[in-house]
Amino acid sequence: MAHIQVPDGVPGIRSLVMFRPESGQYLYELAQILLRGESSLTEAERELIAAYVSSRNECVFCMCSHAAAARHLFKDKKHVVNFVLDDYKTAPISDRLKSLLNIAGKVQKNGKEVLPSDVEEARKHGANDRDIHDTVLIAATFSMFNRYVDGLASFTPTDPKAYEEMGARLGEKGYVLPKQS
Amino acid sequence: MAHIDLPEGLPGIRGPMAFRPQTAKPLNELAEVLLRSENSLTRGERELIATYVSSLNDCFYCQNAHGGIAQHYFQCDINYIDAVKKDFESTAISTKLKSLLSIAASVQKGGKHVTPEQIEKAKHHGATDFEIHDTVLIAAAFCMFNRYVDGLGTWAPQDRDIYVERGPRRAQEGYLNFDLYK
Repeated sequence: MAHIQVPDGVPGIRSLVMFRPESGQYLYELAQILLRGESSLTEAERELIAAYVSSRNECVFCMCSHAAAARHLFKDKKHVVNFVLDDYKTAPISDRLKSLLNIAGKVQKNGKEVLPSDVEEARKHGANDRDIHDTVLIAATFSMFNRYVDGLASFTPTDPKAYEEMGARLGEKGYVLPKQS
Repeated sequence: MAHIDLPEGLPGIRGPMAFRPQTAKPLNELAEVLLRSENSLTRGERELIATYVSSLNDCFYCQNAHGGIAQHYFQCDINYIDAVKKDFESTAISTKLKSLLSIAASVQKGGKHVTPEQIEKAKHHGATDFEIHDTVLIAAAFCMFNRYVDGLGTWAPQDRDIYVERGPRRAQEGYLNFDLYK
């Protein structure tokens, strides 16, 4: 049961933004711009960074929903998602993405963990200033979302099908504030 | 030097915001609604939650920027803010605010660190669902802002008096449509 009186049966962050749409609208706007706006990182890559950070923060709701979104967007390469969540260093992804996941993982701990050498490594593999900025902000943003979702003990579904549906919706429609019931 | 090429001379979060205005917009809108919109928690209380969480995350810029603003609202001196950061239980803030700061401290560690007992205690001291919600979201949001500021290796002036001096102006101008360069 959630720590506050949110709509019954509505999962995760959806229940929270229905409780408080005044702040929820900006959370969704941030997610939409960051994860679906113009970027040199693909939408799939950005969802993967989000899922990775969420797994490190042990937020089941965020990890499952964004992993599902990443699988939907990766299409026939969707197996990559499980490899990354298991051990990104040996996953079949580019060195550029590996170096960005390294940065994301450090941001998840604390911003100061990111060293110039981490950034150098990313640049060596073709990451530019925008890639690094967006990676840091995605990791920071999910460090917020994960704490919000679990900090209020919002409902976390256990059925994998629920997340598949969420993933497809996120993949197709992006971040649309739910209507008030 | 920051990890990416940011516009010169902008401290803390201002550099990254100038670098990418499209993401700055919802970040500022979020700060405005959380910290300044009409609320049963005073602006001072909310800025204090932000300051406290930023100190737990050891983010110099954020804890001083928001500490300066909190100081203005509380009309107190810097020692009072420092005392709250160090050991809020021993200060004269309300029992309700103390119970909310405990929740904020748990959020800073991780969402699952918030216990039903902490929630019960806050409600016992008069906190509403909205106040608990906002405390958790402010704490979570500052875990984001702190990581954004430090994750990009931004620069911040080290003289704490600057932030105290600017507190009243920052409190008045808010988080929307302000000049990044002023």
